[in-house]
Amino acid sequence: MSRPPGRKQDSHKISRELFVLTYGALVAQLCKDYEKDEDVNSCLDKMGYGIGIRLIDDFLAHSDVKRCRSYSETADMIAQVAFKMYLGVTPSVSCSSAAGNEFSLILDKNPLVDFVEELPVERASLCYCNLLCGVIRGALEMVHLAAEVTFLQDKLKGDAVTEIGITFLRKTEDKKAKKK
Amino acid sequence: MADEALFLLLHNEMVAGLYRAAEQGEGENGRCTTKLESMGFRVGQGLIERFTKDTARFKDELDIMKFICKDFWTTVFKKQIDNLRTNHQGIYVLQDNKFRLLTQMSAGKQYLEHAPKYLAFTCGLIRGGLSNLGIKSIVTAEVSSMPACKFQLQLTSVMSMCRKMIRPARRYKDITKTLEEIGGCWILLVTTFV
Repeated sequence: MSRPPGRKQDSHKISRELFVLTYGALVAQLCKDYEKDEDVNSCLDKMGYGIGIRLIDDFLAHSDVKRCRSYSETADMIAQVAFKMYLGVTPSVSCSSAAGNEFSLILDKNPLVDFVEELPVERASLCYCNLLCGVIRGALEMVHLAAEVTFLQDKLKGDAVTEIGITFLRKTEDKKAKKK
Repeated sequence: MADEALFLLLHNEMVAGLYRAAEQGEGENGRCTTKLESMGFRVGQGLIERFTKDTARFKDELDIMKFICKDFWTTVFKKQIDNLRTNHQGIYVLQDNKFRLLTQMSAGKQYLEHAPKYLAFTCGLIRGGLSNLGIKSIVTAEVSSMPACKFQLQLTSVMSMCRKMIRPARRYKDITKTLEEIGGCWILLVTTFV
């Protein structure tokens, strides 16, 4: 059977769709199991944390990145390298505090909601992509950066864009060079 | 490829999260497997639709099984099924000697009792894929030594049911009687030409 050209891109696309569909099935199952939106959100966050603490190893192994010297470099790294590598999108970064420890990632296109039309009426406060917050939080914790990550705006709830806010919690002391 | 890691980690977290919730809640482990299987079913249905959008129509059941073993498995698990066996009467055994969802767990008999949890989703995936290709099936999996595993499929497509009934029944009356029982006038029309 001769393969049409562009088959490799198709298989990447299908792989990503597998992840998106699996995530959708997971959220649907959690909505069946838990009545309150907060429970679903916290469950997604915990799962995301579990993924993030392991994903960071995969990220560092696959990308050849240097040590980040500042919070803004870290935020840029997350947006331009990590998001691009795993989700194929590049959110834009903006710093939203004078102290330089609050950043927001603005996503025009969120691949996780590709197959979601809208949230059901009874699930108005569900953060559908809360897994992402947990992933970022877990990954940052494994590189010794404590952070709070939440959704500031969500397209599914009617906002214009999807915005993830990252707040780095305390100034790290000496960042020792990591031996790879 | 980076995509693999994401799906792998998500799958493992799903299994762990569901079982953890079950322990804290009612403590019913049986339901977790059903939940995972039904999640896999939904994903399989959606995935096979998107995957076979541009492929040619499948000639028969064996063609579908070959598609599952080669293209589908390669896209989802980055490798083909190593061995496909069938008894030509609707039972297929797919053997994967290095199942990607189990390779990270162990190589041998360690953690063997936990392996079925990590196969439920894939069983559902296969069942969902086949269901949207018009085949009802029952999919089970067994692991004797990680990371090799076998998926047993019992297929019941309408075509294979007809074949099973027409072959042993010699008299025309027997054929029509059995087919009337399953219902459907169009099947009767087809068999008049047999």
